Amino acid sequence: MSGGVRHLYVHLPFCAARCGYCDFVTLVGREGEHEPYVEALLAELALERSSLDRELDTIFLGGGTPTYTAPRALERLLAALPPAREVTVEANPETVTPRLAALLRRAGVTRVSLGVQSFQPHLLHALERRADAAAVRTAFHALRDAGFDNISLDLIYGVPGQSASDLAHDLDDAIALAPEHLSCYELESKPGTRFAHAHGDELARQAEAMEGYFEQVVETLTHAGYRWYETANFCRGGVAAGGRDLRSRHNLAYWLGRDYLGLGIGAVSTVGGVRWRNAPKLAAYVAAARAGRVPPREVEPLDDDVRRRERLLLGLRLDEPLPLHGVESALDAGALARLERLGLAERRGSGLTLTRRGRFLGGGVTAELIA
Amino acid sequence: MDQTRIRNFSIIAHIDHGKSTLADRILQATDTVSAREMRDQLLDTMDLERERGITIKAQAVRVAWKGHQLNLIDTPGHVDFTYEVSRSLQACEGALLVVDAAQGTEAQTLANAYLAIENDLEILPVVNKIDLPQANPDAAAAEVADLVGEDAARVLRISAKTGEGVGDVLDAVVERVPPPAGDPDAPARALIFDSTYDQYRGVLAFVRVVDGSFRTREPLRAMAQGTRFEAEELGFFSPTMRASATLAAGEVGYVVTGLKDVSKLRVGDTLTSERRPAAEPLPGYKDVKPMVFAGLFPTDSDDYPELRDALERLKLNDAALFYEPETSQALGFGFRCGFLGLLHMEIVRERLEREFDLDLLVTAPNVAYRVTAKTAEEVEVHNPAEMPREFERVEEPYVKASIIVPKEYVGAVMELNNDRRGRFEGMEYLSEERVHLTYELPLAEIVLDYYDQLKSRTRGYASFDYDLAGFREGELVRVDVLVAGEPVDALSLIMHRDGAYARGKALVERLKEEIPRQFFDVPIQAAIGSRVIARETVKARRKDVLAKCYGGDISRKRKLLEKQKEGKKRMKQVGSVEVPQEAFLAVLNLNDGARR
Repeated sequence: MSGGVRHLYVHLPFCAARCGYCDFVTLVGREGEHEPYVEALLAELALERSSLDRELDTIFLGGGTPTYTAPRALERLLAALPPAREVTVEANPETVTPRLAALLRRAGVTRVSLGVQSFQPHLLHALERRADAAAVRTAFHALRDAGFDNISLDLIYGVPGQSASDLAHDLDDAIALAPEHLSCYELESKPGTRFAHAHGDELARQAEAMEGYFEQVVETLTHAGYRWYETANFCRGGVAAGGRDLRSRHNLAYWLGRDYLGLGIGAVSTVGGVRWRNAPKLAAYVAAARAGRVPPREVEPLDDDVRRRERLLLGLRLDEPLPLHGVESALDAGALARLERLGLAERRGSGLTLTRRGRFLGGGVTAELIA
Repeated sequence: MDQTRIRNFSIIAHIDHGKSTLADRILQATDTVSAREMRDQLLDTMDLERERGITIKAQAVRVAWKGHQLNLIDTPGHVDFTYEVSRSLQACEGALLVVDAAQGTEAQTLANAYLAIENDLEILPVVNKIDLPQANPDAAAAEVADLVGEDAARVLRISAKTGEGVGDVLDAVVERVPPPAGDPDAPARALIFDSTYDQYRGVLAFVRVVDGSFRTREPLRAMAQGTRFEAEELGFFSPTMRASATLAAGEVGYVVTGLKDVSKLRVGDTLTSERRPAAEPLPGYKDVKPMVFAGLFPTDSDDYPELRDALERLKLNDAALFYEPETSQALGFGFRCGFLGLLHMEIVRERLEREFDLDLLVTAPNVAYRVTAKTAEEVEVHNPAEMPREFERVEEPYVKASIIVPKEYVGAVMELNNDRRGRFEGMEYLSEERVHLTYELPLAEIVLDYYDQLKSRTRGYASFDYDLAGFREGELVRVDVLVAGEPVDALSLIMHRDGAYARGKALVERLKEEIPRQFFDVPIQAAIGSRVIARETVKARRKDVLAKCYGGDISRKRKLLEKQKEGKKRMKQVGSVEVPQEAFLAVLNLNDGARR
């Protein structure tokens, strides 16, 4: 018997080093533990198999640095995962060799998301990234040479010391590589992180100067023919896409409120109105798997109200209207009317969408719209 | 007691010149309390009668000295209570004017001395603290003798601390203070010079019998207010309550009235007997009116009922306290309270916070204004938000201010007073070093930070006192603060036209910092009527997004937005603009503190 979940996330937490701004579940080095961890992932998969559909739509290997995982272990994992229409792997440029690219390709990976962040040495330094611009280009070409026709680049803006022309150069350099997809995030300096400690004051000083960066990113990329399909995500559209839909199918599943299963430490699953998060502890995870038990988890039941609010907050990140049927009760009607008057939201048919300016203010607008 | 053997007197002094210590020594020297019972500043303690379950502070203590009955009448020590002070002095025939041997004459010394002179009292100048190493008794004696027109040789020199000279003081009271002059056979009349409220016994009136005599259980009437009650108990303090069957002409004591509301029996009123009432009340009664007003709001709006109850209870004991409910769009539900002056306001605030454990927000104080509308109708305005936007004329209260400073600070004080619209009245040298300046100042100019400024500009050397001097017309305007075109009630103010521009500018600049950016530009304006005098703009936000949102962090992002929504609900809505309450507080603080 099989469940209906068609989206699978697999967390590979290992990294060569931890970048100061990162707040994901990561582990530095631990090479001896890569294989036992992968075995544990497969054991968790076996336990949850029944909730998965016979055919998967997407698989996403995130991290950490999935491509830092020992090649044998990575190969073993990819071989053991069920087939899916889209299989994405996150990669750091310095880990991408022609051999690794070929390994991924052979193992059925269809899409690679490359963590570039910036092409400028001083910004990469501030971010504590190891790869330089040359390594990015080398990695990109290695992926192309191996046959990948769907590559995404991650960029970060709002980096301490970044000027508007620095940002322009980063965008130009990214566009020059002609990736199918781009994710552009404003740097989040989370209070309490090493990064916030080192750069918090400077970022606060720059806040006003950097106010226009988001607009600059959107303008530059849409001008270059990319579709701003989600708050922080862009894909090639029209003729350049050759008729393909180059949005991230896996992430689209989150934004459309679909169920997904997450494997690995710190991974989150949402299945049938229940969300759970595996504890972010490697030893306990591996031990549970060996004992044939599910790993320690935090469980959060999601009632209908919560689900409706999440549909709003996720759906309004997209450029296509959110169908209002079924979520009306989560909407603050007064706020909607006010936001329509302010030209930030609009109803289109039975759907709701944010205007261009509304999307730049999407967080605040959504907070207001929630009943 | 034979009236010729009674002496009624007060001790008046600048703060810290030794009034309470001298009172303590007098109680000891007359064996009113034993050394064992003696505690410092006995008369100042609120729990004098704790063992009897009541807490009444003695306003007058009876002591015996060489066959005489001496009544020592306490006076409130501050200008806010000038009227009460003057009623207390009216109950006496003499006053000890105490001056610190090291400090000499200070502003309150003068104010009190003038009050005593106005009340025709025999003033006995006393130089205290002669034991201090830095004392200069000769200089202090010369100053105080000069002040009251007395021979310096007749100035008493004592140390209340060591007790030196206290017997001489008591002898001088007997010799120099005249006995009471009332008619013991006339219809009874007694001056109420103070009152207090006890939860078990109701209102207790402190009285000085002028004519005739009063008996326990006798029906009485307060002549000005018309309040009727029965004297449940008569007596005096010595130093604890001692019941007595009668109080006769010349004597000082208390009357337990059983009244449940202190406002029914006002200081200055005359008590008489219902059976054989006096034809005329004693002169001088007036209804004191609050002059300084401020809004009191609980920081937690749930505490509103507690604040209301606390004010009700304070009012029982404080007839001069005025309050009425006030609703502010910015601060919620609270009360607009009226006070005699700044000290009175501070006392009330402190008692509310300390005795009732309330967390309060007090708006910048303003004074009472008399406004004549275009229709010639005259109204008294206690709250800038109630001020008509159009009016014929406005009058504001003025004070006569008395400032004593070392001569090198005269320039600094004059500058401050000029800034505060002061009108110079006079200057005299009290000694080679010290100068007495008199000014007329608008009360509004001293209610905010005048005293702090005066102290800081004179390195703490200035002493200051004031007395209300009536209303005068002023070039006053109402300044409104508008957020996106909507006036914010709590921020309206009334002030002199000359300062309005700078103040308006400071207000809008501050508010600009405090109002979070919205989805649209928000103009912030200060205006007099329809004329905008200052403007700032809170620019619209350009971006506000959660950078990433994937499967792993949906819960967290959702909670973030839910929290943001909750925060919005707590915001105050001014038209279409959301303003956090803290923004109003910050601006009100600006009023409070460094405003120039």
